[in-house]
Amino acid sequence: MSQAVRTAVETAAREAYGRLLAWLAFQWRDVAAAEDALADAFVAALRTWPVNGVPAAPEAWLMTAAKRNLLQLARHQRLRSDPAVTVLLGDDSAPDVGLPPLPDARLKLMFVCAHPALDGSVHAALMLQTVLGLEARQIAPAFLIPPATLAQRLVRAKKKIRDAGLRFEEPEGPELAERLDAVLEAIYAAYGLGWDAAGPDGTPAPEAGIAADDLSQEAIYLARLVAGLMPANAEAQGLLALLLFCEARRSARFDAVTGAFVPLHEQDTARWQRALIVEADQCLWQASALRSPGAFQFEAAIQSAHCQRASTGQVPWTAIATLYSRLLHVAPTIGARVGQAVAVGEASGADAGLRLLDALIASVDASGDYQPYWAARAHLLVRAGLPNEAAAAARRAIDLSRAPLLRDWLARRYRIATA
Amino acid sequence: MQYMLIYSEPLDTFALRDDSAQAPAYWGAWNAYIGSMAQAGVMISGNGLQPPHAATTVRIRDGRRQVQDGPFADSKEHLGGYVVIEVPSLDVALDWAARSPSALSGSTEVRPVLPPPPAPAG
Repeated sequence: MSQAVRTAVETAAREAYGRLLAWLAFQWRDVAAAEDALADAFVAALRTWPVNGVPAAPEAWLMTAAKRNLLQLARHQRLRSDPAVTVLLGDDSAPDVGLPPLPDARLKLMFVCAHPALDGSVHAALMLQTVLGLEARQIAPAFLIPPATLAQRLVRAKKKIRDAGLRFEEPEGPELAERLDAVLEAIYAAYGLGWDAAGPDGTPAPEAGIAADDLSQEAIYLARLVAGLMPANAEAQGLLALLLFCEARRSARFDAVTGAFVPLHEQDTARWQRALIVEADQCLWQASALRSPGAFQFEAAIQSAHCQRASTGQVPWTAIATLYSRLLHVAPTIGARVGQAVAVGEASGADAGLRLLDALIASVDASGDYQPYWAARAHLLVRAGLPNEAAAAARRAIDLSRAPLLRDWLARRYRIATA
Repeated sequence: MQYMLIYSEPLDTFALRDDSAQAPAYWGAWNAYIGSMAQAGVMISGNGLQPPHAATTVRIRDGRRQVQDGPFADSKEHLGGYVVIEVPSLDVALDWAARSPSALSGSTEVRPVLPPPPAPAG
């Protein structure tokens, strides 16, 4: 098969998968059947496009092929009286005629995935799978669940969606707010997967198998969609602000020449994208005007404070420490406690920060295996003038780190510090 | 779609049925609830059941019939009644379940009714 055709199929898969699947699942009320029909459509594309050429509207072609597959399934199951089938029959346009742009049903599908009748531990993963087309093995690390277990739970959730007749219309009132939290969490997780998978040139880490830039771009797109649809929801604006702040610094995380990892406080601020930072600050300002503080807004405010270094040359550590303590009131996570310890260590002296880390490891067992805990500890121990202890903590951080570039950086830094 | 709403209550709630002071409120709540389902035109069928002390359970083991006094399992909550409703989605069925008196005292399970098998070909 020619490279051009393979590229065309891959591009269509990347750009259209979520939109096509959401629309099909919406018409059909069956996520698993829609996934199968769409997968078969992609297989058919790989078979016929090399012969007949890439169609002018690949997305419409794939949609028509997937709809045919679903209709075939319906004939097989004798469900022609089903209203979903009637909807699909109503629009039997020829493959290559451009369909009008599909209404984006992805957000609606995300709300279905967050249905309270589905196991809560699978909400975010189900959204990532259906809307971004990720496989269980790619998603599992983000949720600290074994891939096989996650795959099983996803299958079970999709079965329930099909069999139990969940409503696909958007929820209203208090239920909307409840499900929105799960939707925002999933978007944040998607961005995180892209962030972790990214290498110096934006290419994915080979073991991740995800196009990291695409994933982050999709996450930002979805965050914009939610923020646009719900201008009065402060956390939706907060999440968008948070992602934009991170995105602004994405490329500065790696040395332009060597590709080596560069920590936040050594990044060249000239490589930060000013336009994104301005947009993020506007989002955060809009969010705070709604007077409904939440975790994403505090995290965004912390990122905003870090970005001040670009204009003032200083990191406002005292303000950051205060923001962390407010964040901990609404979301007492290990990550936030480690962040607070570092900020307090910078603002009030390394000993104060180390005391917070000591309290953390005494109260939360899991912190023993949490890589950022040991990286923060090593950092503060150097500040406290204890290089040997710092090297031991750094070794622990290196052992727990999955990212090779981060491991390299830690090794370089602490060999110097302990020499 | 059709859903069965399965109402379960703890024993002390069953006991209200025989408590002359509280029985009117107990039955009043159920009658109002069932009445509103009937009025909405969603109800297909349903029944209340006598308390678990009236239950008998049968099993065939090794070809022999075993008859046991009482419900199938000892548990905190016991089946007290059921209805089958016809509504557009699980969400609507959950709304009806949430309004049932047993949702307050015990629990109400919602199960989709198995659709009839497709007609044979030809």
